[in-house]
Amino acid sequence: MSEGRVSALGGAQSQGLVNIRDIGLQGMVSLRADLAQAAKAVEQVTGVAMPAMRAITSGKACSVAWMSPDEVLILCDHAQADGMVTALSKALAGQHHLAVNVSDARALFGLSGPEGALRDVLSKITPADLTTLAPGEMRRTRLQQVAAAIWFETEAEARVICFRSVARYVFDLLAMSAHTSGAVGHH
Amino acid sequence: MSIRLSTGGRLIDRSRKIGFSFNGKQMMAHPGDTLASALMANGQMIMGRSFKYHRPRGVVASGAEEPNALVNLGKGKRHEPNQRATLTEVFDGLEATSQNHWPSLNWDIGEVNALFARLLPAGFYYKTFIHPRPFWKHVFEPFIRQSAGLGRAPDPRHSDPDRYEQFYAHADLVIAGGGIAGLQAALAAGRAGLKVILCEQSAQWGGRAPIDGVEIDGQPAADWVDAAVAELAQMPHVDLRLRLMAAGVYDHGYVIGYERLGDHAPGQDTPRHRLWRIRAGRIIAATGALERPLSFAGNDKPGVMLASAMRDYVVNWGVAPGARTVIVTNNDDAYRTALALVAAGLSVPCIVDARPEANGPLVQEARASGLRVLTGMGIASVKGLRGVVAVQLCAQDGAGEVLEDVVCDAVAMSGGWSPVVHLWSHCGGKLTWDAAGAFFRPDHARPPTDQKGQGFVICAGAADGALLADETMVNAAKSVGRVLAEHGKSGAAVPVAKAAAEAPMQPVWVMPAGAGVKKRAKMWLDFQNDVKVSDVQLAAREGYESVEHTKRYTTLGMATDQGKLSNINGLAVLAQALDEDIPRVGTTTFRPPYTPISMGAIAGEARGEIFQPLRRTPIHGWHEENGAHWEPVGHWRRPYCFPKKGESHRDAVNREIMATRNGVGLLDASTLGKIIVKGPDAGRFLDMLYTNMMSTLAPGKCRYGLMCSENGFLIDDGVVARLDAESFLVHTTTGGADRIHAHMEDWLQCEWWDWQVYTANVTEQWAQIAVVGPKARAVLEKLGADFDISAAGLPFMAWAEGKIGGFTARAFRISFSGELSFEIAVPAAQGRAFWEALLRAGVEFGITPYGTEALHVMRAEKGFIMIGDETDGTVIPQDLGLAWAISKKKGDYLGKRAQERSHMTDPTRWKLVGLETLDGSVLPDGSYAVADGVNANGQRNTQGRVTSTYFSPTLGRGIAMGLVLHGPDRMGEVLDFNTTKKDAKGEMRMIKARIVSPVFFDPAGEKQNV
Repeated sequence: MSEGRVSALGGAQSQGLVNIRDIGLQGMVSLRADLAQAAKAVEQVTGVAMPAMRAITSGKACSVAWMSPDEVLILCDHAQADGMVTALSKALAGQHHLAVNVSDARALFGLSGPEGALRDVLSKITPADLTTLAPGEMRRTRLQQVAAAIWFETEAEARVICFRSVARYVFDLLAMSAHTSGAVGHH
Repeated sequence: MSIRLSTGGRLIDRSRKIGFSFNGKQMMAHPGDTLASALMANGQMIMGRSFKYHRPRGVVASGAEEPNALVNLGKGKRHEPNQRATLTEVFDGLEATSQNHWPSLNWDIGEVNALFARLLPAGFYYKTFIHPRPFWKHVFEPFIRQSAGLGRAPDPRHSDPDRYEQFYAHADLVIAGGGIAGLQAALAAGRAGLKVILCEQSAQWGGRAPIDGVEIDGQPAADWVDAAVAELAQMPHVDLRLRLMAAGVYDHGYVIGYERLGDHAPGQDTPRHRLWRIRAGRIIAATGALERPLSFAGNDKPGVMLASAMRDYVVNWGVAPGARTVIVTNNDDAYRTALALVAAGLSVPCIVDARPEANGPLVQEARASGLRVLTGMGIASVKGLRGVVAVQLCAQDGAGEVLEDVVCDAVAMSGGWSPVVHLWSHCGGKLTWDAAGAFFRPDHARPPTDQKGQGFVICAGAADGALLADETMVNAAKSVGRVLAEHGKSGAAVPVAKAAAEAPMQPVWVMPAGAGVKKRAKMWLDFQNDVKVSDVQLAAREGYESVEHTKRYTTLGMATDQGKLSNINGLAVLAQALDEDIPRVGTTTFRPPYTPISMGAIAGEARGEIFQPLRRTPIHGWHEENGAHWEPVGHWRRPYCFPKKGESHRDAVNREIMATRNGVGLLDASTLGKIIVKGPDAGRFLDMLYTNMMSTLAPGKCRYGLMCSENGFLIDDGVVARLDAESFLVHTTTGGADRIHAHMEDWLQCEWWDWQVYTANVTEQWAQIAVVGPKARAVLEKLGADFDISAAGLPFMAWAEGKIGGFTARAFRISFSGELSFEIAVPAAQGRAFWEALLRAGVEFGITPYGTEALHVMRAEKGFIMIGDETDGTVIPQDLGLAWAISKKKGDYLGKRAQERSHMTDPTRWKLVGLETLDGSVLPDGSYAVADGVNANGQRNTQGRVTSTYFSPTLGRGIAMGLVLHGPDRMGEVLDFNTTKKDAKGEMRMIKARIVSPVFFDPAGEKQNV
């Protein structure tokens, strides 16, 4: 039943130095396992090769992001997340692992705008080095007081994942950082 | 009187005028003026009053080192005290008021302090206000508070209307200081491709060189500066920042920068300040040097100024503090000021040089232009009350016998220069004494070191002791060359800087050298805190040998300028008094920030709505729309109750409880922690975490458990559900979710790294709703479940999953209220929809949402403990009658060994009981059960305390739980509990309560098991 399913901020948007939007429902599956051992199964289920350390790789329907030496995050269609968990568990039968649907535990924001502005806006709230963060790299970090993960889909489009409960805080942080009269011009 | 010159002023735009006010008086300035230059242009030389003696003070410096010209800026919400007039750029409409004066700047009552200066020596407060002891609180402290503090604190009813932010940056090289050394370093590093941040605290590039007539590569310094800035601006990897001060250097190349974006241009809607948090590979401190005052009697009078500052005012802003200026110096550099004043058409009656001889090129140039140079001389005193009218000259080597009076209205003094070594020193860089220049400079052999033991701060130019422009440039090139070499690169061509050569200076710490005590008591070292040569000498006589102690005893260098002008002079005087070498006496510690930074910048964006993250459950919006009264629970907001219109919170809680006990209630329990624990060793792992056995739990079943720290203390509790052979779902308390997940990972990663267990915190994946009360099952049946939810099909302490009302759901038959209860988890995205579906289905059963207070009361009626109420970090399960939940069979669990220690098994540990007041009233929270006698501190002995206390609407009376000495063995005994109220006789009012079982309601548990 899809009725009544809502993302944390119901598609909220904000305009400024960069534009920010709640992307809406996004399937996310957390997989913990010996990544080398699980690579084949992951590729078989997601169609995406196991990412290298701190990388995010994308395929037709899924992206797979390296989160820690024994954890990846699989991004997929929201409706397919439960099926993804079942398929992973089946493909990994016999190997110690934990696959779990965490789609609703998170919020996903899209940031779009000029590359320099994107990097400047994020640099106001994350200690991560935004100068060197290139598309294809997943960065787990914090946005001021909360945990987050950020990456660039393209030079002009960044993504932010945070926990659902703090979605409003993160959105407000981003919106304030993107205030039109707060340009930095560092990047 | 200070005046605006008819020509000159490289930084001001004479074609435009802007208005500002000082103490309510309207004045005019030009764009480019600082508040200090603008006040001087308006004839306003007195800018403040000193802290202790309220002496009238004028501006003495032209930059960050200014001790005197501190003002209140702005008014109302934007009022801010202690702003330096020398750093404040004037804008149209600026409003400033002077500080520390009463009733007026020109006539101040506190000035009488100065008349009694003899009675207010160093340590006066320490000596005077000790006895008699009771006087401190009632007489001395109020008096001192009245006279303490500089400037006026902002009105606490106002909140700062401006916006602040922070910015994290990473760079190969941060260069602090945009003078020629900093620019040259940036050029070399930029051309080599390094990522560079070059920051300058003022609004101009170039530092002193353009003022001092320096030539670089054959062109005026200003032209070279413009070209350098233009080239750097073209480099995408170089960030040029004016008005950004490198405030502090910390370990691992961490630099705090303070950027002032809105101060000079209010109303632009920019953030006012931006705090830069920079990770730098290397830091070049090209921070220049500061000129030192000379210590002669009356050196603090308005009109007495640093020679370099006077030159700055003439050259940069076209203002002069007077028409006739006497120069007093111990070095050649001050002659530049004499020449600059003459070039501006001002009169210099004489140059008083303390050195026996002076023949450097600048001296000769002065002589050649007809200036009178008096060598071997000093100033005996300065005449004038609120300004300078004359100086009296004397021999530097004598006791101060007056040889000549010179009429003048300003004095420019130079006691030599001190490199600005703050950034070098913040992280432990050591200094060495340079006898030739009489200053401390960085000791290259002992730099502040990084994680690899390498020096990570490098001083360049004047900050490294290379004071003359030609040396400065060479030094800067060499310094940046060391950074480039680390990157395998080499430096660029070094421009040639040319400045007039200078003969050696001669240290002069007291003028004249043989001055008597009367003169020394008028020689100011620290202008802001009113510390004089005599005070430091007194401290030395009284045994203060350490410079750190002397500093605190005399308050030398403890004002808002942190002794930028006074420290070297002060410690030289101390060294003389102690008959020690200056390097042996050493310096006080340099601590960040270089100059004060705003609290707003430190707080950054964290204020108002985003002061802290506020966590919201998926059902938060419904609560908000339905009038929830909130309770903060960690970062969450949970509804405390849902008052109806006109209903008190207490009445709402009672209504919610009765509706739940008699019908059905609904609780948003989404904040409960939910952690998946999976793997072949998951059961074994949970057996270690919990005091009871979890590995034997069958799939489909739930079990309550307790978690202890390895010290045996209870840290969390909750229900574990076994999902399948290898998977458990651990429920934690709301506050325990993150903490217990971290606790699990800690043990798995650090101790039991070879156990095959993975965990995942899925707290926020699920919205969890408790449907509670005798009608709970009826509501779910009405909604329709595709699995058996009957008492037989889904019994107490079991769980099942399926669809309820079309929602994918897990239903747990667990109860924290003693009622028939289903805790139902649905995906968070559908949490609100499910909540609303339950409300619709429950209408006919009178379904009532309830909050945390009803939850608390209902659990207390059942005698269930609450982590944080019954526990406080010192309580073990055995204290709470929970021995039944501690496995006797298990070989080990976290806390087991600790719980066997003698103190933990002590029979006199207070134990949990229920408490029933005899009069039915509610015991005060935190109340103690008193016992006979008093303890060693004269306090009443106690024998127990209240841990939870509520009014129970179910029972119609107050109920409580508490920890009581031998409590469970004393059932029926009546204890006295204290209150904060007094009875008619003035004695503390007590409440009598009887010890009873903590289970007040349905002790057999029949209601929940249906």
